Amino acid sequence: MGKATAAIVGSGNIGTDLLYKLQRSDLIEPRWMIGVDPDSEGLKRARQAGLEASHEGIDWLLQQDEKPDLLFEATSAYVFRANAPRYKEAGIKAIDLTPAALGPYVVPAANMMDNLDADNINLVTCGGQATIPIVHAISSVVPVSYAEIVASVSSKSAGPGTRDNIDEFTRTTSRGIEVVGGAERGKAIIILNPADPPPLMRNTVFCAIPEGADRDAIAGAILKRVDEVAQYVPGYRAREPQFDDPSDINGGMARVAVFLEVEGAGDFFPPYAGNLDIMTAAAARVGEVLAASRIPA
Amino acid sequence: MPVPQTVPVPYSDTLDLRVTDSSLRDGSHAKRHQFTTEHVVNIVAALDDAGVPVIEVTHGDGLGGSSFNYGFSHTPELELITAAVKTAKHAKIAFLMLPGLGVKDDIRAAQDAGGQICRIATHCTEADVSRQHFGLARELGLETVGFLMMSHSATPEELARQGRIMADAGCQCVYVVDSAGALIMEQTYDRVAALVAELGDDAQVGFHGHENLGMGIANSLFAARAGAKQIDGSTRRFGAGAGNTPVEGFVAVADKLGVKTGIDVRKIIDAAEDVVRPVMDGECLLDRLSLTMGYAGVYSSFLKHADRLANRYDVSGAELLIRAGQRKLVGGQEDQLIDIALEIVAEK
Repeated sequence: MGKATAAIVGSGNIGTDLLYKLQRSDLIEPRWMIGVDPDSEGLKRARQAGLEASHEGIDWLLQQDEKPDLLFEATSAYVFRANAPRYKEAGIKAIDLTPAALGPYVVPAANMMDNLDADNINLVTCGGQATIPIVHAISSVVPVSYAEIVASVSSKSAGPGTRDNIDEFTRTTSRGIEVVGGAERGKAIIILNPADPPPLMRNTVFCAIPEGADRDAIAGAILKRVDEVAQYVPGYRAREPQFDDPSDINGGMARVAVFLEVEGAGDFFPPYAGNLDIMTAAAARVGEVLAASRIPA
Repeated sequence: MPVPQTVPVPYSDTLDLRVTDSSLRDGSHAKRHQFTTEHVVNIVAALDDAGVPVIEVTHGDGLGGSSFNYGFSHTPELELITAAVKTAKHAKIAFLMLPGLGVKDDIRAAQDAGGQICRIATHCTEADVSRQHFGLARELGLETVGFLMMSHSATPEELARQGRIMADAGCQCVYVVDSAGALIMEQTYDRVAALVAELGDDAQVGFHGHENLGMGIANSLFAARAGAKQIDGSTRRFGAGAGNTPVEGFVAVADKLGVKTGIDVRKIIDAAEDVVRPVMDGECLLDRLSLTMGYAGVYSSFLKHADRLANRYDVSGAELLIRAGQRKLVGGQEDQLIDIALEIVAEK
């Protein structure tokens, strides 16, 4: 069985960065790039890279004799909600990079294997991709009654979609921390920093842990998980986890804190935009797992 | 500049300026978010009796600020807002929220608790994240105020552009917020003047000062002369860093200049000494760390965190703050102070 064929719908920055990542894959062949603007820079680049590119939207794609095995949606929540039923009808599995959240939340280093059969898969948010693996690692060792994450991204890497709908980020990420991360209650905070030169994406994960918890076991699980994420996001790094005893200001809870930095691969986005890179890297990883799962044992 | 010597257009028929007291919001930082209902009732009663027209009550970092990152509240802020609303006879109760931290549902809940003025804060170059919140606040019939935080770090022209975004989204008064206490007189004047010129009759302009360079009252006067109609302060300076512009001091100066604030000078002086001071853990001082923040342009709320981390990791608090300035951290990035402490430890 050869590589799985893939279409990228949405020829903006995210779709273009994803194109370069998929071109490096041993398991996926990106064959189609779909946009709506004939002058799109992304479509131009896709043609140069040998893909069939069309600005006539998914109508064009669905009219082709050959259908893709996998489809990556890099449009908007609104557009994906309209497209999803048509993909299902055509029997195409979709990996959704928009905040539409129609399908199950998937974070490759946490719950990928639970969702291989879903019609479409949602990638939560950039902050979710960066932090949920850590919450999941901690909650696999001890019960986590509360987890909180702070994602700091450079202003330049936050597009109008994020800015107009910042509540969607905090809500979706909080839910992902609970549903995928395994925390009883989740909270997410996002900060935009306009410093120039733009700072790398940074994330902090705070988890409440039981007072008598085995801290070495927790730290070990965290560092192991960082290595697992770094397999598909090479610029994903953590400092030594920090443990604090209960205090007033910590709400009377013992806590572990993990400080993460995400340097992007620099495919299409500049390296500081780790928040965008981790989304396309996660999408490519999900695609590869799905592609591998098609191969009969 | 030049600086005119009188306030051009009054706030209302009876007030030249409207003062908002922030001791029960900005002071939350100094109190490490440990306000009780009793603290709130006592302070609101005294400020209300002195004629303070607006009193802000929320966690220091706004609605939803109770967290590991900023410190958990002793008493849920909605209970504090409810207590303030019940206590105030004349004053309006305001609350703060920061998009990215709080969400629209928090605004609804604060209004249900009786809050009347919704103050929405963003970093001074990121106003566009507040559009949906201003839209909702106006839809709910709340009065709105917009905070451009860390205003020392942007030019007057940039602030005017950002203020326009807020005003178009439904903001009725855009504040120049000197979160680091780093602005000095003419710098305040020029920023307020640029916003007044841009906004005209579309929105008022306000000023929120900190004392990290000892400039709170002076900056507030320069803001008023540039056309600001609303001025923030905290009675007894009860706020982050070296504290805010002292309301009692500003009111006394305004009175001597014939500027009407509607606040009784003698009563607010007594409230500061007899009611607010006893609630404070200590005076808000222009000491090494807070002066360093004003000098290096660092967000005032970092003070107590830097102080705690200096002890926890045995590093210099001043060094922590200087590096926070070098990293150009913005409001809300308290977590990065721990990262800096670890960086300093690693270098040892």
